[in-house]
Amino acid sequence: MATHSERVWHGGGQVVVTGDEEPRGLWSWLTTVDHKRIGQMYMGAGLFFFLLAGIEAFLMRLQLAQPDAHVVSAALFNQLFTMHGVTMVFLAGMPLLIGFINLVVPIQIGARDVAFPRLNALSLWLFIGGGLMLYTSWFFGGAPDAGWFNYVPISAGEFSPGPGVDFYDIGLQISGIGTLMTGINFLTTIINLRAPGMSWLRLPMFVWATFVTSLLIVFAFPPLTVNLFLQTFDRLFGAHFFTVSAGGSPLLWANLFWVFGHPEVYILIMPAFGIISEVVPVMSRRPLFGYTTMVLSVMAIGFLSFMVWVHHMFDLGYGPWVNSIFALSSMLIAVPTGVKIFNWLTTMWGGQVRMNTAMHWVFGFLITFVVGGMSGVMLALAPADLQFNNSYFVVAHFHYVLIGGTLFAIFAGMYYWFPKYTGRFLNERLGKWQFWLVFIGFNVTFFPMHFLGLMGMPRRIYTYAPHLGLTLWNSISTDGVYILTAGMIIGAINVLWSYGHGELAAADPWDGRTLEWAIPSPPPAYNFEYIPLVRGLDAFWVEKRYGNGRMLPAPEEHHGPPGTIHMPSPTAMPLFLALSIIVAGYGLILHSLVLDIIGFGFVAVGIYRSMFTVDHGYFVRPHHIEGVRADG
Amino acid sequence: MAEMHPPIGTHPVEMEMPAAPDNSVLGVWIWLSAESLFFASLIATFLLLHNQNNGGPSLGKLIDLPLTFVATVTLLSSSLTMALGYAQVLKQNYGGFRFWLVVTAILGLAFAGMQAFEFHHLYAEGFRLNSAPSGSAFFTLTGFHGLHVLFGAFWLISLLFFSFKREFVEEAAVKVKVLGLYWHFVDVVWVIIFTVVYLMGKVA
Ligand code: HEM
Ligand SMILES: [Cu+2]
Repeated sequence: MATHSERVWHGGGQVVVTGDEEPRGLWSWLTTVDHKRIGQMYMGAGLFFFLLAGIEAFLMRLQLAQPDAHVVSAALFNQLFTMHGVTMVFLAGMPLLIGFINLVVPIQIGARDVAFPRLNALSLWLFIGGGLMLYTSWFFGGAPDAGWFNYVPISAGEFSPGPGVDFYDIGLQISGIGTLMTGINFLTTIINLRAPGMSWLRLPMFVWATFVTSLLIVFAFPPLTVNLFLQTFDRLFGAHFFTVSAGGSPLLWANLFWVFGHPEVYILIMPAFGIISEVVPVMSRRPLFGYTTMVLSVMAIGFLSFMVWVHHMFDLGYGPWVNSIFALSSMLIAVPTGVKIFNWLTTMWGGQVRMNTAMHWVFGFLITFVVGGMSGVMLALAPADLQFNNSYFVVAHFHYVLIGGTLFAIFAGMYYWFPKYTGRFLNERLGKWQFWLVFIGFNVTFFPMHFLGLMGMPRRIYTYAPHLGLTLWNSISTDGVYILTAGMIIGAINVLWSYGHGELAAADPWDGRTLEWAIPSPPPAYNFEYIPLVRGLDAFWVEKRYGNGRMLPAPEEHHGPPGTIHMPSPTAMPLFLALSIIVAGYGLILHSLVLDIIGFGFVAVGIYRSMFTVDHGYFVRPHHIEGVRADG
Repeated sequence: MAEMHPPIGTHPVEMEMPAAPDNSVLGVWIWLSAESLFFASLIATFLLLHNQNNGGPSLGKLIDLPLTFVATVTLLSSSLTMALGYAQVLKQNYGGFRFWLVVTAILGLAFAGMQAFEFHHLYAEGFRLNSAPSGSAFFTLTGFHGLHVLFGAFWLISLLFFSFKREFVEEAAVKVKVLGLYWHFVDVVWVIIFTVVYLMGKVA
């Protein structure tokens, strides 16, 4: 849909008019503050890290396919599983979800951008910078190798003398601060920038999921920040937080880690729930069943997720009372989760379900996630967990929830929203091939891990002896990886090919319900020509059914005079600030005072400039946007 | 097709939304709630480790309560001067505002100076970041608080420079309000630290 616009730059008393196209070129991406571009970069970087972590996983499975294999050394194996876990959680899973959040949430609430666009860009660069920094550890003597939860004492200086764990501490610190800012930004955005009429109980479920996820981020990340600082001080400055011989407490690390860590796994699943809640009603042509209970259940899950962290430490000896309480609270989470599953099923029940690729992923999600939830409840039985703990059974559990839950939902979201943001469909044929290969490959890879765990195979071992009887299931598991990989490659081809050649998509290709389907595909930089007036839950659907198929404009005081749209200016400051922080981080790890001074000096300059530069922005004048109709 | 929607709302009441706080004010509130958990984690760490002296001196014996008391009063009065400065901004009396801003910054820096003196003293007594878990926990907790005070002072001075720019007037109230929120927060955290670390440390 053609959008002609002219840009009127406003600065220094002069009005500059530029061409009617969006700026192009690398620099425009590096300096952008547009939430849609930032979201796309989150997705791109997330997929890149996903590829790296996938390669690490592939190598591990090659090593484990046969007993006594020598594909990688024991030391490298430790680095592989550590980097795989850290990458999947912090650099692939969260960024892909935050990518969707960036792309979708501002539009779904009828806003033109997030509350703090420059901060948003800073979050992005801190995540990418921290992630790349972590990966440079391979060139500085080896990656971190103490597992993704990095327990002391193995991660302490005595047992991990190389800089690997320092890269973990400081790289994650940097990307974690970026995530924290994302949480603050989206809470503010959702509270403050909702279009007129978009009351709390009219928020799309994905927005609710983002809201609760952001709360989890804001409350769960500070303990991680502290933990990483404590360990940094132990390792770099000789502090004794975790040194047992001096009276320090390794349990402190474990507790601070899991106080963060369990909410973290819910940070990875909540937005996925949100995606499913968007796709199911649209593809079933029915309103979401039990909207209010869905809202209540995300809140309950968010709240409970802070009450269960000890279930990761049943074996650390807190005694029967503590363990029982945390076992019960953990099982309790299954209740609101079950409510959600039933509501999705009930939404489909009696609906006209379209079995396209997005919906395939939804079914894959439902089946697989329920399996993972059930093994979760088994793990929550404290006495039984003393057997499961640290075995492949745990590995099977969290891959069922993280791949079958989070990743399948991410794929559902991709097939659903790709046409909106690129203007082209992903190919359905390739999509179904991808789905079936991934779904089958996934189950062949991970179901046997339940058996391996029950047979007593510990996680994080680099090899096993032939007479233990573990060979059969391990080799089947690795066979599954080949199928899985084939599916992933097809998916990658699909994305790359469709980006340039996919079938063209209209504004509202799925007969959507929420506001993003009321604007062109791809959306213009300013999203909405006028701020819409929201008159019901499923704002766009309501207009299609009861109105004239278009969003009505909100009264003028909500968006200024028609025809002039105020936009924030692009700026290189977030990138500069992120780079300065990275330099300072290297200074700490490499014990280089010079880098520290340069880094922290630039950080001070960057903070000053970011806080006290007034952005006058610029104005866009859309000439005319073709009316967006219900029929797209 | 069964629709479960309530009929479409038409009345203007629907558009009435409670007036939202300014983005930056709300953002700072949320940021400060994250900061509360940051300090809560550090305080919990301190409580866990404060008796682990690794054979070295214990904090309770070394604390100089009168000095810390003076420091506390200094920091608390800076909260008052900050509030006075904000009142001047609301009256659009920018001269008066700058005066209180400078006083606040000086009080903040004085606090930091006293803390540096205290750290120096403790180091001389052998109570250090790397001497024992108690030292690690003490210096990390109070040190991070001190860094927050220094950052606040940096912010105060930056705002002083900025206040001479033309743009300041449009945004003065909000800019000063968010700084004030931060500054009061840092003071409140100190009151907790003073109670938990110093008073309780002395009693124990
Ligand atoms: C019914 C809900 C769930 C329950 C009762 C549950 C319970 C548990 C328990 C008890 C453990 C610790 C096992 C052990 O180490 O011995 C565990 C591990 C884990 N769970 Fe869940 N879980 C549930 C859902 C989820 C979800 C939705 C996710 C994420 C999307 C998740 C991700 C993980 C991860 C990543 C681990 C492993 C952490 C590690 O040791 O590396 N779980 N779960
Ligand atoms: Cu957990």
